[in-house]
Amino acid sequence: MTKGRTLKRIAIWIWLGSVCAVSAHAADSQKLRIISWADYVPAEVVAAFKKETGITVELTLSNNEEMISKLRATHGAGYDLAQPSQDRITGPQRDFGIYKPIDLSKVKLGQFQLGLLDIVRRNTTLNGQQYALPYLWGTDGLVVNTKRAKAADYLDLCKPDLAGKTSIRLRRPTLMAFAFAMGKDPFALYSDTKAYSALMDQVGAKLIACKPNFKFFYDNKDQLLNGIRSGEVLAAMMWDTGGWTLNRENPDIQFIVPKSGALGWLDTYALPARGRNDAGAYAWINYTMRPEIAAKITKSVGSFSAAQNTGPLLDPKLKAQFAAAFPDSVVKAIHWYPSIPPGLEEIEGKVLDRVKAAN
Amino acid sequence: MQTRWHARLMLALLLAPALLWLGALIILPHLDLALLSLRQRTGPQQYVSSLAQYRTFFHEPLYWHVFVRTAVMSVVSTLFTLLVAFPIAWIIAKILQGRASSLLFIVCLVPFWVSETVRTLGWMILLRESGVLPALLVKLGLTAVPVEFLYRDATIMLGLVYTSMLFMLVPLVSSLESLDNSLIEAAYDLGASGASILRTIVIPHAAPGITAGCIIVFMLTLGNYLTPTLLGGKNSEWFTEQIYTQFITRFNWEQGAAFGFLLLGLSTAMVMIGLRLAGQRFGDVMRRT
Repeated sequence: MTKGRTLKRIAIWIWLGSVCAVSAHAADSQKLRIISWADYVPAEVVAAFKKETGITVELTLSNNEEMISKLRATHGAGYDLAQPSQDRITGPQRDFGIYKPIDLSKVKLGQFQLGLLDIVRRNTTLNGQQYALPYLWGTDGLVVNTKRAKAADYLDLCKPDLAGKTSIRLRRPTLMAFAFAMGKDPFALYSDTKAYSALMDQVGAKLIACKPNFKFFYDNKDQLLNGIRSGEVLAAMMWDTGGWTLNRENPDIQFIVPKSGALGWLDTYALPARGRNDAGAYAWINYTMRPEIAAKITKSVGSFSAAQNTGPLLDPKLKAQFAAAFPDSVVKAIHWYPSIPPGLEEIEGKVLDRVKAAN
Repeated sequence: MQTRWHARLMLALLLAPALLWLGALIILPHLDLALLSLRQRTGPQQYVSSLAQYRTFFHEPLYWHVFVRTAVMSVVSTLFTLLVAFPIAWIIAKILQGRASSLLFIVCLVPFWVSETVRTLGWMILLRESGVLPALLVKLGLTAVPVEFLYRDATIMLGLVYTSMLFMLVPLVSSLESLDNSLIEAAYDLGASGASILRTIVIPHAAPGITAGCIIVFMLTLGNYLTPTLLGGKNSEWFTEQIYTQFITRFNWEQGAAFGFLLLGLSTAMVMIGLRLAGQRFGDVMRRT
């Protein structure tokens, strides 16, 4: 008897719960829902933006793949602004139609750096319409504990004296980086699926041979930072500002631009197809590209803003670190990701799966 | 007449949330996934129906290796869980009385008040190279340098057994509690040994509880994502991770859906085999839990 009564009670509670959940759903036009990377939307800037415009920013943390998958699941609803990387926009747009074009007349284009604006225009234009604007950029390279290890290029992560002491992310940038380190140019093969597939197989074989050297494949920033701080990881593929953050804590840890060149990533502003607050999104874009706000963001995230004229406002320490790692000749040699043609990610996916499963 | 109508309405109202839940959150999504798994992408926003996703699974040795590995490791970890949980359940149900017995039960329960993520991270703090246990071993002079305990199959197993302990313990305790002590005493009086009492009295009586515990633990383990991923690291290769990868990082929902159904098929088949081996009926077993 008691069992029956408990069940009834539970049933009533579930019923009440579902009623409340439905009535609690209310629309709010003064809300800007952003899906972005960790640290990309500093709380300080959100507060200042609210003060000026009255718009509250609601933030969801994510990464490229999750952003695309979430928007795909809702056909582009649920968020008003997304921040995927520039090479991952036309592909998903063509397949899933998750973004709407940017109305350039609503954006203060003069606030952007022309070079970056050009790269993004080239890579995110589909059927004559542009789908993104540049936000933050940086490079991937090596972070090395120079006191206990030496590495000058990605292949050095596979040296026997670093066995079990290195780490990479098992994602496509790693495949690109290793391809460049092996003396090949994967971007030049983007249009030749067969040759690209062969190259990826080679890179996969290299990574499988190297697998005992990797302590773990890191999935998030903190996992890698902890590994390096604790000395469990001595060398890793990582992005520049992550390395500089660690360098401020321990001067032995340095960011090194690999001999085969740094890989430049560029994250963007993009409008989800069924976002409800475009006006708010444009206001946010124009606001965060103001030099003084952009400098604040750069200081807080550690990555470089696509805004113009932030130079005099930047933290001198970060500027010095950047200048040391990237003399002009190196900046020119940065490999920027071109837009990914359809079908390539499938090839890469199988290679990555094989690496993961290899022993 | 009035009261009967009233009772029916009440029953319908009470069942409504459960039926809604079942229909909207379980049956509909599964139908959608089934359709998804039976199509193939031919171009941007173009799909044809085909069995290609299932073919990929059988043609690419990688995927069914992971599949078989997941199944075998789940079975082994279920057996380990049973071996660990049975003596504890016996102590709670038969040896300790009153408060001591409840206390032990609560001690087993308390860790489950914390979320699985936190418990798994706790294991990581204990076992990582710069963690507690390797440091202790060095201090005791057992190893010269800290040993990395993470990212091994044994670690995954440990994590899985720990995570699913409670789900084995509860049905075991309830089925052992219903065993009449006088049966055991009578067997002893008649000169039976401990082993034969266990074999002929205790285990047959507890069989529905054992089967129920094993089914729940097996399904939880097979579908676990967090523990193998965190503790297994670069060598985790759990099938659920493969499903996640297909859905989220490869945008290949069709393949992910097919993998999901293969996993569903596997767990159904394994449960059926388990029931057959234990000579139990599904309905009886579920009533025990």
